[in-house]
Amino acid sequence: MKFLRNFFDKRYEKTNKKWYPLIESFETLVFTPNHTTKSGSHIRDGIDLKRTMMFVIVAMIPALLFGIWNVGQQHYIALGEEVAFMDKIMHGALRVIPIIAVSYTVGLLVEFIFGIIKGHALHEGYLVSGMLIPLIMPVDTPLWMIAVATVFGVVIGKEVFGGTGMNVLNVALTTRAFLFFAHPTSMSGNTVWISGLKEMKANGTLADGVSGATPLGDLASMTTDSPAYANIQDFTENGITFSRALMGDYPGSIGESSVYAILIGLAFLLITRIASWRIVVSFFAGGFVMATIFNLFAGDNAYMQLPAIHQLMIGSFMFGMVFMITDPVTAAQTNKGKFYYGFLAGFIGILIRVANPAYPEGIMLGILIANVCSPLIDHMVLNGNIKRREKRLAKASA
Amino acid sequence: MAKAIKIRKGLDLKLKGKPEQTISDVSNSPYFAIKPSDFPSLTPKMVVKEGESVKIGSPIFHDKYREAIQYVSPVSGTISEIKRGEKRRILEVIIKADSEFSSETIDTSGDTKEVILKSGLWPFIKQRPLDIVADYNQTPKAIFVSGFDSSPLAPDYEFLLKDMKEALQAGFDALQKLTNGKVNVTIENSNKSTSVFSSINGIELHTINSKHPAGNVGTQIHQIDPINKGESVWTVNALDVARIGNLFLSGKVDFSKTIALTGSEVESPSYYKLIGGASLTNLVEKKIVSDNVRYISGNVLVGTNVGKEGFLGFYDNQVTVIPEGDHYKVSFTQGWLAPGFNKLSNSKAFLSALLPKKAYDVDTNLNGEERAFVVSGQYEEVFPFDIYPVQLLKAAITNDIDKMEKLGIYEVAPEDFALCEFVCTSKINSQQIIRDGLKVIEEECM
Repeated sequence: MKFLRNFFDKRYEKTNKKWYPLIESFETLVFTPNHTTKSGSHIRDGIDLKRTMMFVIVAMIPALLFGIWNVGQQHYIALGEEVAFMDKIMHGALRVIPIIAVSYTVGLLVEFIFGIIKGHALHEGYLVSGMLIPLIMPVDTPLWMIAVATVFGVVIGKEVFGGTGMNVLNVALTTRAFLFFAHPTSMSGNTVWISGLKEMKANGTLADGVSGATPLGDLASMTTDSPAYANIQDFTENGITFSRALMGDYPGSIGESSVYAILIGLAFLLITRIASWRIVVSFFAGGFVMATIFNLFAGDNAYMQLPAIHQLMIGSFMFGMVFMITDPVTAAQTNKGKFYYGFLAGFIGILIRVANPAYPEGIMLGILIANVCSPLIDHMVLNGNIKRREKRLAKASA
Repeated sequence: MAKAIKIRKGLDLKLKGKPEQTISDVSNSPYFAIKPSDFPSLTPKMVVKEGESVKIGSPIFHDKYREAIQYVSPVSGTISEIKRGEKRRILEVIIKADSEFSSETIDTSGDTKEVILKSGLWPFIKQRPLDIVADYNQTPKAIFVSGFDSSPLAPDYEFLLKDMKEALQAGFDALQKLTNGKVNVTIENSNKSTSVFSSINGIELHTINSKHPAGNVGTQIHQIDPINKGESVWTVNALDVARIGNLFLSGKVDFSKTIALTGSEVESPSYYKLIGGASLTNLVEKKIVSDNVRYISGNVLVGTNVGKEGFLGFYDNQVTVIPEGDHYKVSFTQGWLAPGFNKLSNSKAFLSALLPKKAYDVDTNLNGEERAFVVSGQYEEVFPFDIYPVQLLKAAITNDIDKMEKLGIYEVAPEDFALCEFVCTSKINSQQIIRDGLKVIEEECM
């Protein structure tokens, strides 16, 4: 490690001061700096933001690996070909890795520019966002769109507020929302969820019976004139059964379909206490309550008849619960507030998903709305604390 | 009414270097010092000049704005140096000790408050809000004494006080005269039957479970009788209650104390007898096992980095010696990518989480870089107050006086945030932020 140390020391000597943040960003990947405490607590906890962020990325690995396989799987199903496991992985990797590369390259570039302007090393927030963005994209999203959206997400979603720790909205979801509203045809519909589907349609190589729709797309079609399934029983028995919903081998955004893979990540985040269980539990409860309400008042609306627990296992609900809503910066900061915050996001997410036909998936908007509300939630929790203190004062002076 | 307090939040830091219960003598160090920096927000006004000779109890300086509060010499000798810093601010007043000590005599028959003020022991009485030396013009609603110290590697008060019952009683009798309210003492629940405090008369004895910061008087105040705006309470360290008691028993001030020399770099940590303000040189001589170390007067959470030639702080009953962390750590073996069997952490992100009983030698490295607040809920785990710590810190950072008042700045002292500072992922110096916040409050609201 000595030669690396010398390498960085030399770079500092030879480089103009304004580029220091850049060197520092790479240096701190290899070395924890020699900064010591000055006063106050002379010893500090071993944890730092790098390790925290790394753990979130590690937690995403199962979902990412499954996503890579699933991209290949869906592609060859659509072609109607039987291929070996490795071929599916190969195809998936070739489609997914470029998206990851674009997301990291563009995002980190923006971060470095801001870091150099502001004179600080890279703050770790984007390391997580950069992995989240690919996982929530449809696989056929053009790379240039991802690049543009990433710039928007990082600049408008984060840097204008002051960088990591200061943002109001979840950066990855801001990126996705930007694409969703700017390029809706590339982000929804039936042609973006399976890699190469458009070409197959054009070339006529698409296998029979493959629609390319996500389960949520199918469900949304149930309330229209051309339903994908005859009724909800047909969907839960012959379409996306509960066990298939858990498994996740259906078209969807890259990393969000497999509940199993996501739950492995969740277990890791909860055991290491990186994610707040309060938010996770209340988010699930919020979604469940809303889905149950729909069940009770379903009438002959097939979408609303879908059993609550089944409803939560498809789409991006579970992914949002583990990786999006738990982002501590955009969540409520108070422990009590976290319960309200999570519940609100889950509740609104399912509400938008089922009740609003314009949005095939509502979790993204549910979480973004809860992001916006979280300062308000905290404000109310703090007010409770302030009121308690005032009451105590009134009692003492009475 | 006595309370049995239970707190769930907190953290005991398991460090190497616990003191053994033996007391040794240290040869008297030739130099002693009084440091105005031990007393937040004090503006000292010198009453002696360099070269003047002083006795034990002779005033060295007094508070410029509260003149009756005197800071006196702990030994007899001559003033050898008045060390000044920027803008001629006094940093240390160094006294060269005589070989024979003589002390000022004090008539203890008068008014208790007058006697303590005149003796120079008054600075041992602190007040909240603000965490400064108590304002003698006020009468506090209560006085609080913590019967134990729960900080890392802290000295055992029961051990140090076991033969000082008489002095303790006299001390509490004196404190009782300073307030119309109660004198509250809180001891560890596990010491309930054997505690030296249980046979003291005239106090309100509470118990608390022992997870740090249970021994911090701020935690105890908050649980027993929290401070409201406009109120004040006074606090005294239990060991200094005995010192005040001795004043009334003997008519003399005595600054001798028994301190714990602790920390992973001390060869055999134990207790030593010396005099307050002593230079550490004699104390640590030949007892330190490595070279690059930090000498802390006090404990690792709130103490002061004084250096080997530094002086024992006024309130400190402990000296901790730990390794300096001023070297780069390779991330794969010791840093953020390491498995972390030897990382002390309140998080569960290191494999050390599997070894709950292990004791660690922790150095002074920040273990990361300073960042904005990112992780939430971390402070709350170690902060047993009905106060939102992060929000209070943010109010202090932004100098928002109204918000600070509303969120409970009057109830806290920097030491209450020491554990928050330790666990912080973003490495934010919360104690300094609270100290600065209290300074603003003192200037604007008091």
